Amino acid sequence: MAGRVAYLNARLLDPATSLDAKGALLVEDGRIADFGPTLFKDGAPSVREVVDCEGLCLAPGLFDIRTQLREPGMEHLETLDSAGDAALAGGVTRVACLPNTDPIIDDVPVVEFIARRAREVRKAKVHCHAALTRGFLGREITEIGLMKDAGVLAFTDAVTATVDAKVLSRALSYAKAFDALVMQHPEEPALSEGGMMNKGLLASELGLAGIPTEAETIMVERDLRLVAMTGGRFHFSHVTTADALEAIRRAKKSGLPVTCDTAPHYFALNENAVGDYRTFAKVSPPLRSEEDRLALIEAIKDGTVDIIASDHAPHDQDSKRLPFSQASFGVIGLETLLPLSLELYHAGHLSLLDVLVKLSHQPTALMGLEGGCLKKGSPADIVIFDPDQDWTIEESALHSKSKNTAFEGRKVKGRVHRTIVDGRSMYSEPLNPKAS
Amino acid sequence: MVKSFENTPFCHEHILGIDGLSPDDITGILDLADTYVEQSRQDDKTTDILHGRTLINLFFENSTRTRTSFELAAKRLGADVINMSIATSAIKKGETLIDTAMTLNAMHADVLVVRHADSGAVQLLAQKVNCAVINAGDGRHEHPTQALLDALTIRRRRGHLDNLTVAISGDIAHSRVARSNIKLLNLMGARVRLIAPPTLLPTGADKLGVEVFTNMEEGLKDCDIVMMLRLQLERMQGSFVPSIREYFRYYGLDREKLKHAKPDALVMHPGPMNRGVEIDSELADDLDRSVIREQVEMGVAVRMACLDILTRNQSRPA
Repeated sequence: MAGRVAYLNARLLDPATSLDAKGALLVEDGRIADFGPTLFKDGAPSVREVVDCEGLCLAPGLFDIRTQLREPGMEHLETLDSAGDAALAGGVTRVACLPNTDPIIDDVPVVEFIARRAREVRKAKVHCHAALTRGFLGREITEIGLMKDAGVLAFTDAVTATVDAKVLSRALSYAKAFDALVMQHPEEPALSEGGMMNKGLLASELGLAGIPTEAETIMVERDLRLVAMTGGRFHFSHVTTADALEAIRRAKKSGLPVTCDTAPHYFALNENAVGDYRTFAKVSPPLRSEEDRLALIEAIKDGTVDIIASDHAPHDQDSKRLPFSQASFGVIGLETLLPLSLELYHAGHLSLLDVLVKLSHQPTALMGLEGGCLKKGSPADIVIFDPDQDWTIEESALHSKSKNTAFEGRKVKGRVHRTIVDGRSMYSEPLNPKAS
Repeated sequence: MVKSFENTPFCHEHILGIDGLSPDDITGILDLADTYVEQSRQDDKTTDILHGRTLINLFFENSTRTRTSFELAAKRLGADVINMSIATSAIKKGETLIDTAMTLNAMHADVLVVRHADSGAVQLLAQKVNCAVINAGDGRHEHPTQALLDALTIRRRRGHLDNLTVAISGDIAHSRVARSNIKLLNLMGARVRLIAPPTLLPTGADKLGVEVFTNMEEGLKDCDIVMMLRLQLERMQGSFVPSIREYFRYYGLDREKLKHAKPDALVMHPGPMNRGVEIDSELADDLDRSVIREQVEMGVAVRMACLDILTRNQSRPA
């Protein structure tokens, strides 16, 4: 949008340059025109609008690289529109959606449909990932070249693993010609079949079939060998176990082009959250033991985990309020991505900047996009938030169409006050709601 | 310079591959083939240097065009030709191959032309027979007469082989034509490039003395010759390439991509072509750029030359 907007009295945070300083930022024609500690020091400029950030943090908007947006095909669960609201309320200015829609994203026309719908809805920026194999069947690779040219970010069989080693190695090899990123949901299905929570004492006591950590570790270790064999770029989705993380740590040290992400529920909860058969704690991969949770936090701290992504998976009451074995796997997470990630900051594990690195800068860099930083000329995709504001997560207040959060009633610190996309303010809350 | 092996004879008993041939061998064969091109263009195409000799086409893998080419070559030299096409389902691999060799020995064939689906099978047969053997293609290994006819086509059009930049593009991993051509062109001083998606490049491609490209536009830049290989449609099932549409878009030769090569670059294809897959249909028929039909003509001449030199020095059993 034409016009100049000045943001004053902000704590500027840029994870790309480690800038953490009080200052101002100027937006012009949808882009960051200028910013810094000395900007507008001598008084308000001639602009269309002046926003006093009152010392709150101003950072690049979040980029959630793993979300399930349910459109096309399952619009009763979520749409690009409702997901857009949830994203903006959570300070997320860009999302990438998984291809497990209906029809699935394994062909250029569906990619173009999503791009068109995103333009119509015009909320958070929407990109998509495409299927790695046709129908997610793990047999024939999809048109990686054509779909990459159509704007697809990465290739993955979404919530299932690509199991056949020959097919995966050929896909990795082929993808190299297009510098395409392959993503894997690392799960050896033979070991996880029938399982519904972490294999262990609790599962035994509850009488629920367990998914052992080895289901993840074995697939990760195997796929690392395929990466070494082919040299293709590879990303592991939602890693949750100490052993898998250790394998990735070693692989990265040896120079393999490997990255990984995790979701907030894996470091904010452990298997005990299942408690009395709480299906809102039923996720795939499952919530793990406390040991694994702590190892995951260490892995986030030491950089083994590159990115935090929500794995936003909307499900309605019909598929969650069921006996545990029948309930769907998955929880929403777009709106709570930031406050839950900030728990790592408040607990002293990471600095504020380091949290933001994993939420905006690294996702953008991995997906080869422009942005995820404060830079002159970059699109003005910005979040303004209070990192210390207390609030309680209540599903009734969440913007997603589906309300299946694992964090109902959880007290968190960190509240989004304004979300700006291409310079337009798309979401805002009064800066001092408590002020009378 | 016409050599034709008058002073230094061709000293190989068989032609099993480009492997083992010297640049002089190759030049000699091409020189001889040149004379046979002329012969085949006359009204009376035959001579009788192979009169009384027997050539057996032993094809364990189907091929009408190569077999016909050898048959024509032999008949134009006056030989008797027998065609044996053995359906692969009737063969137990290995054992029957040797049995077949014993049978042919008993029949006193002079030249065997053999095509087999297994790499190395023709060599195995050659060890067991008493006559000359020409490899018409073994598995993914070699197809020497194809490389020779490709070289003849290039040499007649360009006057030489050395210092030309030749791009070989397509399913190189599974191609015996590619392997023979890479060896021959390197031997004769040409610069060889391979262009293919990573899944269709042979392992260790970078160690074959070639430049490897997965981007076709870059690979074709300033090339003198573009050699397209056929993509078997089964490759989609094997997850080597996703679809014909994608393959043609990024690796199919069309006018747009050909613009990156030299303006007078020649387009070659061993045949049979999959139009719209590895090569644009209209481009394949463009007589100014495509020498595909010429290759077929050169094929008969080269095979005549091979039959000539292999039988020239054969001693007849008492």
